Amino acid sequence: MAKRKTPMLDELENGKWPSFVSDIKQEAEKRKTSDIDFQTPKEVCDDLLDLLELSFKDREGHWKHGGVAGVFGYGGGVIGRYCDQPEEFPAVKDFHTLRVNQPSSYFYKTEFLRQMCELWERRGSGITNMHGSTGDIILLGTTTPQIEEIFWELTHNLKQDLGGSGSNLRSPNCCIGKSRCEFACYDTQEACRNLTLEFQDELHRPSFGYKFKMKFDGCPNGCVASIARSDMSVIGTWKDDIRIDQEAVRAYVAGEFKPDGGGFAGRDWGPFDIVKEVIDLCPTHCMAWNGNKLGINNRECNRCMHCINTMPRALRIGKETGASILFGAKAPILEGAQLSTLTIPFMPMEEPFNEIKELIGKIWDWWSEEGRSRERLGELMQRKGFAKFLEVCEVKADPRMIKEPRSNPYIFWKEADIPGGWERDIKDFRKRHQK
Amino acid sequence: MGAEEDKKLIIDTLKGKTTKTKFYLKDFNKMFPERRPREVSKLVNEMVAEGLLEYWSTGSTTMIGLKGAGIQHEAEDSDQ
Repeated sequence: MAKRKTPMLDELENGKWPSFVSDIKQEAEKRKTSDIDFQTPKEVCDDLLDLLELSFKDREGHWKHGGVAGVFGYGGGVIGRYCDQPEEFPAVKDFHTLRVNQPSSYFYKTEFLRQMCELWERRGSGITNMHGSTGDIILLGTTTPQIEEIFWELTHNLKQDLGGSGSNLRSPNCCIGKSRCEFACYDTQEACRNLTLEFQDELHRPSFGYKFKMKFDGCPNGCVASIARSDMSVIGTWKDDIRIDQEAVRAYVAGEFKPDGGGFAGRDWGPFDIVKEVIDLCPTHCMAWNGNKLGINNRECNRCMHCINTMPRALRIGKETGASILFGAKAPILEGAQLSTLTIPFMPMEEPFNEIKELIGKIWDWWSEEGRSRERLGELMQRKGFAKFLEVCEVKADPRMIKEPRSNPYIFWKEADIPGGWERDIKDFRKRHQK
Repeated sequence: MGAEEDKKLIIDTLKGKTTKTKFYLKDFNKMFPERRPREVSKLVNEMVAEGLLEYWSTGSTTMIGLKGAGIQHEAEDSDQ
């Protein structure tokens, strides 16, 4: 039980959903009877609950804005949090957050998780957020003297580094990739690891006007939702044709294989209907079924993945694989939320990933030169126009970058691109057009 | 300009500001218009490591100021 009554917080324990209030109360109780050699106040969870109750009562937050907390040599990974009622809630006087770089695709050994939880109960509040939106392990609430101690233990004993925060590159994040998934068009884990190591300086020290996120999806299913959540989205794709096993297609139609890998089995949807469930749902209408053979007009395929997801034993991604590179997704602060824009339709994704590293360098240089303080790359792309962005990337405009004619208003022609430029022979024009 | 002169220019410029104590990286770029921004950010980060400057972060954005200058989290009412 908390020191004081928390009636408003208790409301958050009602209903069938898990409650963070219940979790914090559980940790508060555990800390009272634990024999752990706590390096932070034992009452940290009690004071946190009471402070939150006060915030609900006052209808305003009681955390100060920003701070100088950090570890030596790093300009990210620690987010200073200070309470504005330190006398009343001394155990959360300082309650800093640590962002810890997650292992690729969140592969953990239980031994690691135990070590991390032990460390965080001893030197922090015991409260974690697995995982934050960027992908990091979030450790919530420790005191200023503990920050360097935790950093030392993290890096030396757990062999884990801090993640990104502030105006840094944020921890790159990837899907499960080739380790478990047949749809992966490139090794997302290797790409994520390689680029994380390459850009250590940008990850640990602020180098930009604002944050920069990169995420790696192995296929267009987008399990890390890179298209919505990263300034640079790397999404696996293929150049050649979808591989079709016609016999397996017929087996799906005959009901020998369950569609969607047996998903949606919670109710009886009737027999599998390939026309209704696959052909008619193709967004580009590039598929046909004649009762015996499936045909795909691959030139029109826009990689929606629906047919492959529905009949994975019959359809497979092509053999010539790589990734599409998109830029500029962001959450709504200016101009509303924005998805990434396709910039490089296809790039091979092989070690040492020099092509993508070179592209990132060009974009960072431009963003650093032209971007305003706190301007995300996507906002700069909007402000300067997509044609300018393509010029920076040194790529030519391509119909694949446009969803449909006239809906992308930010392609402007330059005089040099027009035969004869803007000048025209008015006399010649008047021969054909009266005043 | 040598590195020491660059650092002196940064410190003198920041000391000369009377209304602000925390600055965006962009403000430092303006001090060296002929330099690439990433060279400037490396210089600024070096000065932080040397204890001349310090980061101040909200978690989403990082600002930079002279070490100890301006409002520190525990000293809002002090002369700092």
